[in-house]
Amino acid sequence: MSAASRARASDVADGPGHLLAMSDLGRAEIEELLSLTDTMVEVNSRPIPKVPALRGRTMVSLFYEDSTRTRLSFETAARRLSADTMSFSVSASSVNKGESVRDTVETIEAMGIDAIVVRHKSSGVPEQIARWSTAAVINAGDGWHQHPTQALLDSYTIRSHLGSLEGRHIAIVGDIKHSRVARSNIEAFTTLGAEVTLVAPPTLLPPSLEPWPVKVSHDLDAVLPSLDVCYLLRMQQERMTEALVPTLREYSSQFELTEKRADRMAPGALIMHPGPMNRGVEIAGAVADRANAVMTEQVANGVAVRMAVLFMLLGSGRYPMRGFPTEDAEPADEPAAQRPDRSVRPDPEDNAAPENNAAPEHNEAKDPR
Amino acid sequence: MSNSNQRSVVSGPDVVLAGGTVVDATGERRLDVVISEGRIAAVGPGLDAEHRIDVGGCLVSPGLVDLHTHLRQPGKEEAETIESGSRAAALGGYTAVLAMPNTTPTTDCAAVVREVLELGRKGLVDVHSSGAITVARAGERLAPMAEMADLGVRIFTDDGSGVQDDRLMRRALEYASGLGVTLAQHCETTSLSEGTCMHEGEWSSRLGLPGQPSEAEELMVMRDIALARLTGARMHFLHLSTAGSVAMVAAARAGGLPITAEAAPHHFTLTDECCAGYDATFKVHPPLRTAADVAAIKHGLASGAIDAIATDHAPHALEEKERPFDQAPPGMLGLEYALALAFTELVDGGTGMTEADVLARLSWQPASIAGMNDHGGPIVEGRPANLCVIDPTARWTVDASGGASRSRNVPYVGREVRGRVRHTFCFGEPVVIDGEAQR
Repeated sequence: MSAASRARASDVADGPGHLLAMSDLGRAEIEELLSLTDTMVEVNSRPIPKVPALRGRTMVSLFYEDSTRTRLSFETAARRLSADTMSFSVSASSVNKGESVRDTVETIEAMGIDAIVVRHKSSGVPEQIARWSTAAVINAGDGWHQHPTQALLDSYTIRSHLGSLEGRHIAIVGDIKHSRVARSNIEAFTTLGAEVTLVAPPTLLPPSLEPWPVKVSHDLDAVLPSLDVCYLLRMQQERMTEALVPTLREYSSQFELTEKRADRMAPGALIMHPGPMNRGVEIAGAVADRANAVMTEQVANGVAVRMAVLFMLLGSGRYPMRGFPTEDAEPADEPAAQRPDRSVRPDPEDNAAPENNAAPEHNEAKDPR
Repeated sequence: MSNSNQRSVVSGPDVVLAGGTVVDATGERRLDVVISEGRIAAVGPGLDAEHRIDVGGCLVSPGLVDLHTHLRQPGKEEAETIESGSRAAALGGYTAVLAMPNTTPTTDCAAVVREVLELGRKGLVDVHSSGAITVARAGERLAPMAEMADLGVRIFTDDGSGVQDDRLMRRALEYASGLGVTLAQHCETTSLSEGTCMHEGEWSSRLGLPGQPSEAEELMVMRDIALARLTGARMHFLHLSTAGSVAMVAAARAGGLPITAEAAPHHFTLTDECCAGYDATFKVHPPLRTAADVAAIKHGLASGAIDAIATDHAPHALEEKERPFDQAPPGMLGLEYALALAFTELVDGGTGMTEADVLARLSWQPASIAGMNDHGGPIVEGRPANLCVIDPTARWTVDASGGASRSRNVPYVGREVRGRVRHTFCFGEPVVIDGEAQR
């Protein structure tokens, strides 16, 4: 998408792959990741949800901003693939003593790691780290910029319910301007063929939407009946002090998905939210608990998607892909039929683990389109 | 009047610059120039002197004059010193620079001005000091401008930020007019720009970075034009970056207001798209704008709406520029690149400007704005020998070394440019010979 991304993709042709923004991935690569996620969902459904695919690999989570669910999700994903994990949180580190990001990254790298999962309140920090690092860098959310694994898990969740995103109408509602989730989801959803409408007051939209392949509406009520997915964003208190909306109450009166509004959605249409939710602000409590509100599925799929991403970046490339899932791993001996199958794949045989080089080389995945 | 009048003349052998084309405000001609005892001793054909420098194919110009240099001393010596900055200036063809007052402490009183001038006397070029308009550049109380003017300060500015308060700015203009000095404004309305780190537009939206609209600059340009009309005071606009600003300044000048303006090389060379890789080398205030703004700046320089090219040379230590984009300090180097960028982007960039037009905006026009009478003057017998010799055919590629600066925040790395400074003479002293600083 951006010149920088294109340049980066070729720059790292000989180095590790990174996942910094959704624009790093083309449609084929996203679909490949979602298929691999099916496999990971199957792994997660086993009594012992663990495979040795990334044994000996080390992932460090480097979180400069609080996040419980994303950090836990990545660390769980890594452990289920038998990778070692290290965790670095700002409050417990020398960052509070003034250490620069670059020094921190070089210190961590000196311990021998394969992947850095980074979250930072400033846009672009993962991209900076990728310039300095020999490890694979995965963006777990940077400022208002990108949160690509969130977009992948959201795409996976939609796909698992609706079969495909092609031609689906998805509204992203709320504070688009400050939302990395929105930026990644717009790219993911439109790349996968969906039609995206942004619904927000003008003050909560990015200042220039010119090249974005989206429609814009300021009227949630007008958009609701045609939606396949209503994706709500968290409305933050501090937006009030910036005079972006007068009051939360007024915001809710226009943009909250109330029961009345939810009733006007088509049957089978999904309600999604990246969490954490403000019940009573952007979504009514009762709506959040409806059957077509799939927030907990999003979280569950998050682990599988992140397993797929880690496997893509670390599972092949530097070492020959080996034993995923290996013959000697106990879970592999479980008859498939006895496992609760949450996979959307019709044929469990297709679900068979990628053997040998069934998983793509990361360089292939990074080819500029 | 120079505010560094203590500079001693370095005595050496008489030098003749032979075979070059002399370019100054009066035109171009093929003449030799003899330098003796710090002055131009003779100008004419077929001259000789003890030491002969062949400058065939080169332009012999009055030394360049930078109205906008951050030398960082006192206070940020890890980024630049007056010595290192003056060396970069000499290598860039400058013989005079105007040091900006956003030092630590702020250059807002006679004591700090004296320190800057004292350090400047050891520099490779003539270092002039500006002074702050308000105490500590805080925008609250007028700084003691008269005591600084007594030391030769001719330009006052709160550069780094603009004077926000309308009433205070009005009073500052009135007071300055009584002293015969010029106020220079960094136009940026804080309430629209606070917390931003790039131009607001397509790229800031995509990159998820807080942007400032062009109007943050234009509102203050608009206000200051109104205040200049009200007070009749002289006013200089620093680093204009938007098409709207250029249009307003052009119209105000056409209306007869005593307004001058400058533009920085990066604002006619780079656009906001450069920020796409989150490299804070490209972070600067005012921010890099759109291609349309770049075109307007070029046109403004060509049409005369903008008088001067000023570098806004702003060194920052590497570790500062490696911080996250929104936290890194703004600014980029310029002294060693301005001339070549101007030749490349303006002369070769379809503006219709000639090399002499560019030199007017790099030398005699800024010298006139700052009242630096020893610089930028015509190349005639008896004038101070502040000269630079430029090879206009030399093509070179900008490297990442940062040149003589203590910093290396160069946004032009890898860019191929035309025009290189061969020699610089400051009051007759050969400070740069064959592209090498002599001390």
